[in-house]
Amino acid sequence: MDLSLNTRTEGDRTIVKVGGEIDVYTAPKLREQLIDLVSSGAYHLVVDMEEVDFLDSTGLGVLVGGLKRVRAHEGSLRLVCTQERILKIFRITGLTKVFPIHSSVDEALSATE
Amino acid sequence: MATVELQFGALPLHVRTARLIAAALARRIGVEESLIDEVKLAIGEACSRAVDVHRRHAPTELVTVRFDDSDDVFSISVLDAGPPLDQVAGDADGSRPTVGELLDLAGTGEPEADASLQLPSGIGLALIEGLVDDVSVAARNDGPGTRVTMSWPRLGELLLPADDDDVLDGDF
Repeated sequence: MDLSLNTRTEGDRTIVKVGGEIDVYTAPKLREQLIDLVSSGAYHLVVDMEEVDFLDSTGLGVLVGGLKRVRAHEGSLRLVCTQERILKIFRITGLTKVFPIHSSVDEALSATE
Repeated sequence: MATVELQFGALPLHVRTARLIAAALARRIGVEESLIDEVKLAIGEACSRAVDVHRRHAPTELVTVRFDDSDDVFSISVLDAGPPLDQVAGDADGSRPTVGELLDLAGTGEPEADASLQLPSGIGLALIEGLVDDVSVAARNDGPGTRVTMSWPRLGELLLPADDDDVLDGDF
Protein backbone atom coordinates (compact mmCIF):
# COMPACT_ATOMS: atom_id res chain seq x y z
CA MET A 1 0.00 0.00 0.00
CA ASP A 2 1.25 3.44 -0.85
CA LEU A 3 1.37 6.50 1.37
CA SER A 4 -1.53 8.94 1.50
CA LEU A 5 -1.25 12.46 2.88
CA ASN A 6 -4.02 14.94 3.62
CA THR A 7 -3.52 18.27 5.31
CA ARG A 8 -5.97 20.72 6.80
CA THR A 9 -5.65 23.66 9.13
CA GLU A 10 -7.46 24.36 12.35
CA GLY A 11 -6.57 27.73 13.83
CA ASP A 12 -2.80 27.90 14.02
CA ARG A 13 -2.48 24.12 13.85
CA THR A 14 -1.94 22.09 10.71
CA ILE A 15 -3.14 18.51 10.74
CA VAL A 16 -1.38 16.02 8.49
CA LYS A 17 -3.34 12.80 8.15
CA VAL A 18 -1.07 9.99 7.05
CA GLY A 19 -2.26 6.64 5.76
CA GLY A 20 -0.56 3.50 4.47
CA GLU A 21 3.06 2.52 4.87
CA ILE A 22 5.82 4.90 5.89
CA ASP A 23 9.00 3.16 4.82
CA VAL A 24 12.24 3.73 2.96
CA TYR A 25 10.27 3.98 -0.28
CA THR A 26 7.53 6.41 0.80
CA ALA A 27 9.21 8.42 3.58
CA PRO A 28 10.66 10.99 1.14
CA LYS A 29 7.09 12.02 0.28
CA LEU A 30 6.26 12.67 3.95
CA ARG A 31 9.56 14.50 4.42
CA GLU A 32 8.77 16.81 1.50
CA GLN A 33 5.33 17.51 2.91
CA LEU A 34 6.70 18.44 6.33
CA ILE A 35 9.42 20.62 4.82
CA ASP A 36 6.87 22.39 2.60
CA LEU A 37 4.60 23.06 5.56
CA VAL A 38 7.38 24.51 7.71
CA SER A 39 8.63 26.58 4.76
CA SER A 40 5.15 28.02 4.34
CA GLY A 41 5.01 29.04 7.98
CA ALA A 42 3.11 26.14 9.55
CA TYR A 43 5.04 25.60 12.78
CA HIS A 44 2.42 23.74 14.85
CA LEU A 45 1.88 20.34 13.30
CA VAL A 46 -0.34 17.43 14.31
CA VAL A 47 0.54 14.22 12.50
CA ASP A 48 -2.42 11.84 12.59
CA MET A 49 -1.05 8.30 12.30
CA GLU A 50 -4.23 6.35 12.99
CA GLU A 51 -4.33 4.98 9.46
CA VAL A 52 -0.65 4.13 9.22
CA ASP A 53 -0.14 0.40 8.62
CA PHE A 54 3.61 0.29 8.82
CA LEU A 55 6.37 2.56 10.12
CA ASP A 56 10.13 1.98 9.91
CA SER A 57 13.24 3.84 11.03
CA THR A 58 13.24 5.96 7.88
CA GLY A 59 9.80 7.18 8.89
CA LEU A 60 10.98 7.85 12.44
CA GLY A 61 13.89 9.83 11.01
CA VAL A 62 11.50 11.96 8.96
CA LEU A 63 9.33 12.69 12.01
CA VAL A 64 12.39 13.61 14.07
CA GLY A 65 13.57 15.81 11.20
CA GLY A 66 10.17 17.50 11.20
CA LEU A 67 10.34 18.01 14.95
CA LYS A 68 13.76 19.66 14.69
CA ARG A 69 12.46 21.97 11.99
CA VAL A 70 9.40 23.18 13.88
CA ARG A 71 11.41 23.54 17.08
CA ALA A 72 13.76 25.86 15.22
CA HIS A 73 10.70 28.13 14.88
CA GLU A 74 9.52 27.46 18.44
CA GLY A 75 6.77 25.30 17.01
CA SER A 76 5.47 21.88 17.95
CA LEU A 77 4.90 18.48 16.38
CA ARG A 78 2.31 16.26 18.01
CA LEU A 79 1.40 12.74 17.02
CA VAL A 80 -1.98 11.05 17.13
CA CYS A 81 -1.67 7.29 17.51
CA THR A 82 -3.47 4.57 19.43
CA GLN A 83 -2.22 1.58 17.42
CA GLU A 84 -0.16 -0.69 19.63
CA ARG A 85 2.12 -1.92 16.85
CA ILE A 86 3.10 1.64 15.96
CA LEU A 87 3.35 2.82 19.58
CA LYS A 88 5.70 -0.09 20.27
CA ILE A 89 8.22 1.32 17.81
CA PHE A 90 8.16 4.70 19.55
CA ARG A 91 8.64 3.00 22.92
CA ILE A 92 11.56 0.82 21.79
CA THR A 93 13.35 3.84 20.40
CA GLY A 94 12.65 6.06 23.38
CA LEU A 95 10.81 8.51 21.15
CA THR A 96 7.75 8.50 23.41
CA LYS A 97 9.78 10.93 25.53
CA VAL A 98 10.35 13.20 22.57
CA PHE A 99 6.97 13.34 20.84
CA PRO A 100 3.74 14.22 22.60
CA ILE A 101 1.48 11.32 21.57
CA HIS A 102 -2.27 11.82 21.74
CA SER A 103 -5.20 9.44 21.41
CA SER A 104 -7.26 11.72 19.17
CA VAL A 105 -6.86 14.73 16.92
CA ASP A 106 -9.17 16.72 19.20
CA GLU A 107 -6.96 15.94 22.18
CA ALA A 108 -3.88 17.01 20.22
CA LEU A 109 -5.56 20.24 19.11
CA SER A 110 -6.59 21.20 22.62
CA ALA A 111 -3.15 20.45 24.07
CA THR A 112 -0.97 23.35 25.02
CA GLU A 113 2.73 23.53 25.66
CA MET B 1 10.27 -25.58 3.88
CA ALA B 2 13.67 -25.71 2.36
CA THR B 3 15.77 -22.61 2.14
CA VAL B 4 14.27 -19.82 0.07
CA GLU B 5 16.57 -17.23 -1.41
CA LEU B 6 15.64 -13.83 -2.79
CA GLN B 7 17.89 -11.47 -4.71
CA PHE B 8 16.97 -7.96 -5.72
CA GLY B 9 18.47 -4.81 -7.20
CA ALA B 10 19.24 -2.02 -4.74
CA LEU B 11 15.95 -0.12 -4.98
CA PRO B 12 13.92 1.07 -1.97
CA LEU B 13 10.80 -0.33 -3.67
CA HIS B 14 12.14 -3.87 -3.33
CA VAL B 15 12.47 -3.53 0.43
CA ARG B 16 8.70 -3.72 0.39
CA THR B 17 8.85 -6.81 -1.81
CA ALA B 18 11.18 -8.49 0.67
CA ARG B 19 8.86 -7.56 3.54
CA LEU B 20 5.84 -9.11 1.87
CA ILE B 21 7.71 -12.33 1.09
CA ALA B 22 9.06 -12.53 4.63
CA ALA B 23 5.59 -12.15 6.12
CA ALA B 24 4.16 -14.80 3.80
CA LEU B 25 6.93 -17.29 4.58
CA ALA B 26 6.83 -16.63 8.31
CA ARG B 27 3.09 -17.32 8.40
CA ARG B 28 3.47 -20.40 6.24
CA ILE B 29 6.15 -21.82 8.46
CA GLY B 30 4.34 -21.31 11.72
CA VAL B 31 5.74 -18.16 13.28
CA GLU B 32 3.27 -16.84 15.81
CA GLU B 33 0.92 -14.24 14.32
CA SER B 34 1.83 -11.71 17.00
CA LEU B 35 5.44 -11.78 15.77
CA ILE B 36 4.69 -11.10 12.11
CA ASP B 37 4.83 -7.32 12.49
CA GLU B 38 8.20 -7.73 14.14
CA VAL B 39 9.43 -9.94 11.28
CA LYS B 40 8.28 -7.35 8.73
CA LEU B 41 9.88 -4.46 10.54
CA ALA B 42 13.16 -6.30 11.12
CA ILE B 43 13.63 -7.52 7.55
CA GLY B 44 12.59 -4.10 6.29
CA GLU B 45 15.28 -2.43 8.37
CA ALA B 46 17.94 -4.96 7.37
CA CYS B 47 17.08 -4.60 3.69
CA SER B 48 16.91 -0.80 3.85
CA ARG B 49 20.40 -0.80 5.25
CA ALA B 50 21.66 -3.23 2.57
CA VAL B 51 20.08 -1.14 -0.20
CA ASP B 52 21.75 1.95 1.21
CA VAL B 53 25.15 0.20 1.33
CA HIS B 54 24.76 -1.09 -2.24
CA ARG B 55 23.68 2.26 -3.65
CA ARG B 56 26.87 3.80 -2.37
CA HIS B 57 29.35 0.98 -2.89
CA ALA B 58 27.96 -1.72 -5.15
CA PRO B 59 25.02 -0.33 -7.16
CA THR B 60 25.01 -3.14 -9.73
CA GLU B 61 25.20 -5.97 -7.21
CA LEU B 62 22.09 -7.72 -5.93
CA VAL B 63 21.11 -7.81 -2.28
CA THR B 64 20.56 -11.39 -1.08
CA VAL B 65 17.99 -12.50 1.46
CA ARG B 66 18.01 -16.09 2.69
CA PHE B 67 15.09 -17.59 4.56
CA ASP B 68 15.66 -20.77 6.49
CA ASP B 69 13.61 -22.90 8.85
CA SER B 70 16.16 -25.27 10.24
CA ASP B 71 16.50 -26.00 13.97
CA ASP B 72 12.95 -25.09 14.93
CA VAL B 73 13.51 -21.47 14.14
CA PHE B 74 12.65 -19.25 11.22
CA SER B 75 15.74 -17.29 10.33
CA ILE B 76 16.35 -14.53 7.84
CA SER B 77 19.81 -13.50 6.68
CA VAL B 78 20.29 -10.30 4.70
CA LEU B 79 23.60 -10.18 2.88
CA ASP B 80 25.11 -7.13 1.23
CA ALA B 81 28.20 -6.77 -0.94
CA GLY B 82 29.59 -3.54 0.47
CA PRO B 83 32.64 -3.04 2.67
CA PRO B 84 32.42 -5.38 5.69
CA LEU B 85 30.43 -3.86 8.56
CA ASP B 86 29.71 -0.69 6.60
CA GLN B 87 26.87 1.34 8.16
CA VAL B 88 27.22 -0.61 11.40
CA ALA B 89 27.60 1.99 14.10
CA GLY B 90 29.40 1.23 17.34
CA ASP B 91 32.00 -1.29 18.28
CA ALA B 92 32.64 -4.60 16.61
CA ASP B 93 31.97 -6.30 19.94
CA GLY B 94 28.30 -5.59 19.51
CA SER B 95 27.78 -2.61 21.77
CA ARG B 96 25.92 -0.20 19.58
CA PRO B 97 24.23 3.10 20.31
CA THR B 98 20.48 3.21 20.81
CA VAL B 99 18.16 4.76 18.27
CA GLY B 100 17.70 7.78 20.50
CA GLU B 101 21.42 8.40 20.64
CA LEU B 102 21.73 8.00 16.89
CA LEU B 103 18.97 10.46 16.18
CA ASP B 104 20.74 13.01 18.35
CA LEU B 105 17.58 13.85 20.20
CA ALA B 106 19.42 16.16 22.51
CA GLY B 107 20.62 18.11 19.51
CA THR B 108 19.31 21.63 19.46
CA GLY B 109 19.58 24.68 17.30
CA GLU B 110 18.82 25.39 13.69
CA PRO B 111 18.77 22.25 11.62
CA GLU B 112 21.09 22.30 8.65
CA ALA B 113 19.47 22.35 5.25
CA ASP B 114 20.15 18.67 4.71
CA ALA B 115 19.97 17.57 8.31
CA SER B 116 16.86 15.47 7.92
CA LEU B 117 17.78 14.15 4.50
CA GLN B 118 20.52 11.91 5.81
CA LEU B 119 19.68 9.39 8.48
CA PRO B 120 22.41 8.42 10.87
CA SER B 121 24.06 5.16 9.94
CA GLY B 122 23.16 2.23 12.09
CA ILE B 123 19.68 3.38 13.03
CA GLY B 124 18.00 0.42 11.36
CA LEU B 125 20.22 -2.07 13.16
CA ALA B 126 19.62 -0.34 16.47
CA LEU B 127 15.90 -0.73 15.92
CA ILE B 128 16.26 -4.41 14.99
CA GLU B 129 18.29 -5.03 18.12
CA GLY B 130 15.67 -3.28 20.22
CA LEU B 131 12.99 -5.46 18.69
CA VAL B 132 14.32 -8.94 17.99
CA ASP B 133 15.80 -11.20 20.65
CA ASP B 134 18.06 -13.18 18.36
CA VAL B 135 20.17 -10.99 16.06
CA SER B 136 23.71 -11.24 14.82
CA VAL B 137 25.68 -8.81 12.68
CA ALA B 138 28.98 -9.97 11.21
CA ALA B 139 31.28 -9.60 8.26
CA ARG B 140 30.50 -12.21 5.61
CA ASN B 141 32.85 -15.14 5.50
CA ASP B 142 31.98 -15.98 1.90
CA GLY B 143 33.12 -12.73 0.34
CA PRO B 144 32.99 -8.99 0.99
CA GLY B 145 30.02 -7.52 2.78
CA THR B 146 27.97 -7.87 5.91
CA ARG B 147 25.50 -10.48 7.06
CA VAL B 148 22.59 -9.58 9.35
CA THR B 149 20.82 -12.67 10.69
CA MET B 150 17.62 -12.62 12.73
CA SER B 151 15.59 -15.56 13.98
CA TRP B 152 12.25 -16.30 15.53
CA PRO B 153 10.85 -19.43 17.15
CA ARG B 154 8.29 -21.36 15.16
CA LEU B 155 5.31 -23.24 16.48
CA GLY B 156 6.34 -26.42 14.72
CA GLU B 157 4.64 -28.32 11.94
CA LEU B 158 1.12 -27.67 13.18
CA LEU B 159 0.27 -25.13 10.57
CA LEU B 160 1.81 -27.07 7.73
CA PRO B 161 -0.16 -29.54 5.66
CA ALA B 162 0.43 -33.19 6.48
CA ASP B 163 1.18 -34.09 2.88
CA ASP B 164 0.91 -32.74 -0.62
CA ASP B 165 -2.71 -33.78 -1.02
CA ASP B 166 -3.63 -31.35 1.68
CA VAL B 167 -1.98 -28.61 -0.28
CA LEU B 168 -4.46 -29.21 -3.08
CA ASP B 169 -7.42 -29.31 -0.72
CA GLY B 170 -6.17 -26.71 1.70
CA ASP B 171 -7.62 -23.27 2.06
CA PHE B 172 -4.59 -21.56 3.49
